[in-house]
Amino acid sequence: MRLTQGTFSFLPDLTDEQIKKQVKYCLDNGWAVNLEYTDDPHPRNTYWEMYGQPMFDLKDPAGLMMDLEECRKTFPNHYIRLTAFDSTHQWETPRLSFIVNRPPEEPGFQVTRQEWEGRKIRYTIHSYATDKPESQRY
Amino acid sequence: MSSAEDTTGRDDKQPLADDARVDLDVVFEESQIQEVFDQLDHDLIGLTPVKTRIREIAALLLVDHVRRQFNLASDTPTLHMCFTGNPGTGKTTVAERMAQILHKLNYVREGHLVSVTRDDLVGQYIGHTAPKTKEVIKRAMGGVLFIDEAYYLYRPENERDYGQESIEILLQVMENNRDDLVVIMAGYKDRMDRFFESNPGFRSRIAHHIDFPDYSPDELGSISQLMLADENYQFSDEAKTAFDEYIERRMQQPHFANARSIRNALDRMRLRQAKRLFEARGSVTRRDLTTLEAADVRASRVFVEPLNSDA
Repeated sequence: MRLTQGTFSFLPDLTDEQIKKQVKYCLDNGWAVNLEYTDDPHPRNTYWEMYGQPMFDLKDPAGLMMDLEECRKTFPNHYIRLTAFDSTHQWETPRLSFIVNRPPEEPGFQVTRQEWEGRKIRYTIHSYATDKPESQRY
Repeated sequence: MSSAEDTTGRDDKQPLADDARVDLDVVFEESQIQEVFDQLDHDLIGLTPVKTRIREIAALLLVDHVRRQFNLASDTPTLHMCFTGNPGTGKTTVAERMAQILHKLNYVREGHLVSVTRDDLVGQYIGHTAPKTKEVIKRAMGGVLFIDEAYYLYRPENERDYGQESIEILLQVMENNRDDLVVIMAGYKDRMDRFFESNPGFRSRIAHHIDFPDYSPDELGSISQLMLADENYQFSDEAKTAFDEYIERRMQQPHFANARSIRNALDRMRLRQAKRLFEARGSVTRRDLTTLEAADVRASRVFVEPLNSDA
């Protein structure tokens, strides 16, 4: 099952050329870009590991692409996302975030139903990948 | 061709026919490079070898641009440079210009200059250097990375110095990311030569070694005029003569740093002029405020202690 999180996630994966153009757009807006990775794709997992440091003062996407290449080499089977952070006063939040690398096999999620009092049913989802310990998931 | 199309210098377009003709004059006009040359001639006195090299580079890039229109493949030329010369010969100034020029020629995408020294590249602890150097490189991408006094990167007397690590990363980036950034190193000639001797990788990766000559007294005179004009000052006629004399004498003395010495001398003369005006009290005119008099020049130590002081 293909993970859909962040911007563009219902489109086919962006090519490097397209990523570059998105980064350029971010930089032109004065946003700082950074890379994060994880192997726990649950939508509530908002704390991904940061790869390197956030890149303030970047002028050109080439710098980020260099890091992205390294990050993909280190974590070929992880999800990697690119986040653009707007530090403008009172924004101070990510403005754009999209996935730039995903594992070749994505096992997807299981829906768990829990019987509850009065014939109520509680639903929860569980990622098959997280059955295995960290770093062995994909 | 509109200038908007012109800026897509590296994109592959439909190649021109074999017998097509491209007017180099038009290409030259469109690149607006003449403006840059004029500015260069106006702002930088002397420095003929430097200007010649800049013209050569500009010509090469323009011709390359036309060649690409004919679909004639050629590698992007390496434009890493090394500026050597005595203090105050305009190395940093030219580096700044170079970023603009290369941007105009579509060689670099952004045209900004990131100016660094050893401190910005080399860390203090093990494992600190690589991220630091990479961070700087990332910032410089799309523009020019200017490493002032690059020889400090290499400290042969200390085997555990982290400079070497920084050098290795730089070398790798200079080779692999040629399209993304231009590295310019600057420093004094003899020390730069020694630096290259111990790091032959650098010498071969830098295509352009440009030597900045010392300025002649006449050139220094013109430079002083330019500096004063920028600050809305001028010499009176006597002051001009006195300053020419000052240059002659100053050049004989130790620690002479070309244009930098001139700038410092002018700054001190402005101080003396301000003091003179202030002590005279009374009213001043615009002319008084902008004119440096011979007395302001002659009060310099250079005229009192010949050939042994560090004025």
